[in-house]
Amino acid sequence: MALQDKYQELITAATASAVNNLQVREQDGVLYIDGEAPDGKTKDMLWAVYDKLDPNFLSGDLVMNINVAVSAPVTRAKVTTERSNLNIRKGPGTDQPIVGKAAHHEVVTVVSQSSDLWWLIRTADGEEGYAYAQYLTPES
Amino acid sequence: MKKLLTSMSLTGLLIMAIGFTSCKGKLKDADIKTAIEAALKADPMAAGTMVEVKDGVATLTGECKDEMCKNLCAEIAGKVKGVKSVVNNCSVAPPPAAPVINPEDDVLTKALTDALKDHAGMGFAVKEGKIVLTGEIAKAKWAMLKQTLDKLKSKGYDLTGLTIK
Repeated sequence: MALQDKYQELITAATASAVNNLQVREQDGVLYIDGEAPDGKTKDMLWAVYDKLDPNFLSGDLVMNINVAVSAPVTRAKVTTERSNLNIRKGPGTDQPIVGKAAHHEVVTVVSQSSDLWWLIRTADGEEGYAYAQYLTPES
Repeated sequence: MKKLLTSMSLTGLLIMAIGFTSCKGKLKDADIKTAIEAALKADPMAAGTMVEVKDGVATLTGECKDEMCKNLCAEIAGKVKGVKSVVNNCSVAPPPAAPVINPEDDVLTKALTDALKDHAGMGFAVKEGKIVLTGEIAKAKWAMLKQTLDKLKSKGYDLTGLTIK
């Protein structure tokens, strides 16, 4: 329960901002907070509260998996890498062969979001495969 | 003296008569409430349920752990003498959250390889389900990376070897 006290402000903020399916569980000394934020702003706010309570997230005692709710399935996404191209792979994993590349800031079609980490995408050139979701920003 | 006694006994009779009539009509709500409370308390499953009684109608409130417990409370209250009907407003507690499923170390290692591919200069390992990170990383990148890593549902982190620039 001590961890819930430490992160009480975060739990309260999540409850107050209408995070859906909010689940707070403590297991083996780690607090897990899962849920679906109504928008990206709420998610960012919660990460800011987390950063405040545990500067730089360095304690390692909280695993916060907050996704942003999607009202409609994402069909288009922008490649938001720092500056490089985004690898498109045959399967979901960096051990999978590269089958193509999506340019920095190129808008691609999202075919499937079967996993949180890897999305199946298709480029305008027709290249299709898996790309790391962290570098894809949904376009409305 | 005799007169006094007669009048006293008469008064006594009168009081008793009043007492009887009120008993005969119906049980007092407060008495029913006490009786229900005692009955509920007797069952460990139903204890903790609160009750209000008005005109013989018992209204139950509080939290039950499941549907069975909720029905049991109503059954107990319904059996109490004087209860005309039971309004069951007990809520059922949501089922306890399922435990977190932590991935196997090799699954976690593979996912970490993917997540850290573009973070050259950082070292990582998986130790008993925990993610161990070493090296240096810029704050902005770390904030983004931590969000990705939290999707992996590890058993927490060992970040003692990590420096945030």
